[in-house]
Amino acid sequence: MASSFSRILSSKRHIGFLSLVGGSVTAGFLLHREHVSAGTPVRRSYPASAEYPDLRKHNNCMASNLTPAIYAKLCDKATPNGYTLDQAIQTGVDNPGHPFIKTVGMVAGDEESYEVFADLLDPIIKERHNGYDPHTMRHPTDLDASKIHSGQFDERYVLSSRVRTGRSIRGLSLPPACTRAERREVERVVVDALAGLKDDLTGKYYSLTQLTEKEQQQLIDDHFLFDKPVSPLLTCAGMARDWPDARGIWHNNEKTFLIWINEEDHTRVISMEKGGNMKRVFDRFCRGLKEVERLIQERGWEFMWNERLGYVLTCPSNLGTGLRAGVHVKLPLLSKDPRFSKILDHLRLQKRGTGGVDTAAVGGVFDISNLDRLGHSEVQLVQTVIDGVNYLIECEKRLERGQDFKVPPPLKQFK
Amino acid sequence: MPFGNTHNQLKLKFSSADEYPDLSKHNNHMAKVLTPDMYERLRSKQTPSGFTLDDVIQTGVDNPGHPFIMTVGCVAGDEETYDVFSELLDPIIEDRHGGYKPTDKHKTDIEASNLKGGDDLDSNYVLSSRVRTGRSIRGFCLPPHCSRGERRAVETLSIEALASLSGDLNGKYYALKNMTDAEQQQLIDDHFLFDKPVSPLLLASGMARDWPDARGIWHNDNKTFLVWVNEEDHLRVISMQKGGNMKEVFNRFCTGLTKIESLFKERGHAFMWNEHLGYVLTCPSNLGTGLRAGVHVKLPNMSKHAKFEEVLKRLRLQKRGTGGVDTAAVGGVFDISNADRLGFSEVELVQMVVDGIKLLVEMEKRLEKGESVEDLIPAQK
Repeated sequence: MASSFSRILSSKRHIGFLSLVGGSVTAGFLLHREHVSAGTPVRRSYPASAEYPDLRKHNNCMASNLTPAIYAKLCDKATPNGYTLDQAIQTGVDNPGHPFIKTVGMVAGDEESYEVFADLLDPIIKERHNGYDPHTMRHPTDLDASKIHSGQFDERYVLSSRVRTGRSIRGLSLPPACTRAERREVERVVVDALAGLKDDLTGKYYSLTQLTEKEQQQLIDDHFLFDKPVSPLLTCAGMARDWPDARGIWHNNEKTFLIWINEEDHTRVISMEKGGNMKRVFDRFCRGLKEVERLIQERGWEFMWNERLGYVLTCPSNLGTGLRAGVHVKLPLLSKDPRFSKILDHLRLQKRGTGGVDTAAVGGVFDISNLDRLGHSEVQLVQTVIDGVNYLIECEKRLERGQDFKVPPPLKQFK
Repeated sequence: MPFGNTHNQLKLKFSSADEYPDLSKHNNHMAKVLTPDMYERLRSKQTPSGFTLDDVIQTGVDNPGHPFIMTVGCVAGDEETYDVFSELLDPIIEDRHGGYKPTDKHKTDIEASNLKGGDDLDSNYVLSSRVRTGRSIRGFCLPPHCSRGERRAVETLSIEALASLSGDLNGKYYALKNMTDAEQQQLIDDHFLFDKPVSPLLLASGMARDWPDARGIWHNDNKTFLVWVNEEDHLRVISMQKGGNMKEVFNRFCTGLTKIESLFKERGHAFMWNEHLGYVLTCPSNLGTGLRAGVHVKLPNMSKHAKFEEVLKRLRLQKRGTGGVDTAAVGGVFDISNADRLGFSEVELVQMVVDGIKLLVEMEKRLEKGESVEDLIPAQK
């Protein structure tokens, strides 16, 4: 069972281990740009100019950055797994975007996509991540939860706290491109590792193909169940193929640590609980992640990571930490203040409705989370959320007392 | 995956058993025919343009099907798909097209004068008449697999050919991506406009990629002859008009098709056709004639008769609601058309519709008068 995979991975695995020892000179050797060769060139009957997509009505990061020259340079290349530029940009071609919301418009089919298509992805990354330049900058990874301070929110305002990220298994293609066998291998590797979790992290796996009615209802009631994606942004990228084969949900018995398998990424890891103890949520998050990593390493696997891009995930918007730390918080007065958006912007926070992205806030309760993903560590981002939410609560309290508040200065960005 | 030839090489590193799809909950033609052994034999193959077995079956894997309706569950990416994957497609074709064997020959007949009658269907009952088919241009990949460059080339060729039509067939092309609001509204009012497919059966096969690039509608000034470019097939050709003169509809259909075919030939392009499968189209269900000839007909009494379904079956007809496939009949008005596509010629199929509708209308009139229709129940065609 593992033999076909060990053949593929044997050359990469050894080098990959070195890259985990942070700061070593050999770190990043595997993904140093010049060393990743593209796969067999793509056979094409038409010149690049005849194939170039019509992006005149488009407003996404891919459309802003894909010039005819870049297209011509990259259109005949493929990653070693055979993933092509046209496949990577298909979602952005099919979904012109929204006049107000700028989507990314491109995905990675495998780890090497970020190298082979760097001429397009680097400017997209720079645009999406506030000027982060993968050529010159290094992404800091820091999962030491002990560094967090003031991580307990006022629970009269904060109803729940949550931290999520994603992790990809090195050596296996990502959801837009993976074969059924690869997807099943991701499931086997992760489920096998999760079975080794103990104590408060002891849990159980629920495969989407085998859910009983009762289990399904329980997962829905717990707000854990994920369904086949309906967003055309995701379906056009091919990540819903073969649904629900090799998809599933793992969660611990306490229902505070949850892992989605083979949805938009190989894994999505979520730590959550009611109330305002973000420190405990983040502590469990870091512990759980490190333990899962240790368990897959024991079995000869590792996560996709490099010092330029941090953790490698399907969507370029999730590079770096892939981390979204957020709370559901009651801000009925502040949210009606005309300065609300500006405050959020200065604090590097974003608001969503309580149903998640693209939903409306109900009863003055907002989902507030970090805007950034790349270029700041996990600890830094969670601290930013903690400090920011505490500030928002202070503003709300002042408004309750009939007092005014100050708009905070913008947080420093790298440039 | 569309035009990613090298991707199939990656799959071959994994065992066939590890790649085999889970079809345990599936009910479509593909799932009925595909076996692990067949998958193993076919998975290393690809057509000259790089279309693979997984490309063929993806729509069937993603759409398990319906307990009552048997979908096909596969598509062709090019003409050669039907050859390279014949081990899978031949049994599917046989099952879907009433026992049509790999050795059978399909007869093409678009000589409209061979149709008997059809000009006198009672317009008190028959509200409209329509004939549609599809055509694929040889040498280009089909909608599930084509690149943007190919799709645009199909569009350019089609526009050029259609621009040469004259007389009753003089018309104009409307590219979907350049349409003005006024043009769009007019096409909607005429019931001509097609939109991006929403059916997961179509989306999962990749035919909606790059929408609306290189898609468009051509129709003649009289609004009786219509061509869709790059929807589910390269071309869908439709002849239609109000009332019951199916003969006139079919005449125009044949004249138009023949003319279009010669215009393409003048430019060095033939339609995909062979003597076994007839006209080659994206979905195996549309092989042969690709023809659906139908009417919107008022049958409020007949449709409630206990033997309605049986009569349709014997006449080799099928019913749909007036919105087309998967819609409900409104006000007792049904869309009745031929059930077959392959193994009968165009003339034979339209003849079945003409004769069948005449009979159904006669039965409707009897039931209106409170008379029996038992003596009119037909034998199985």
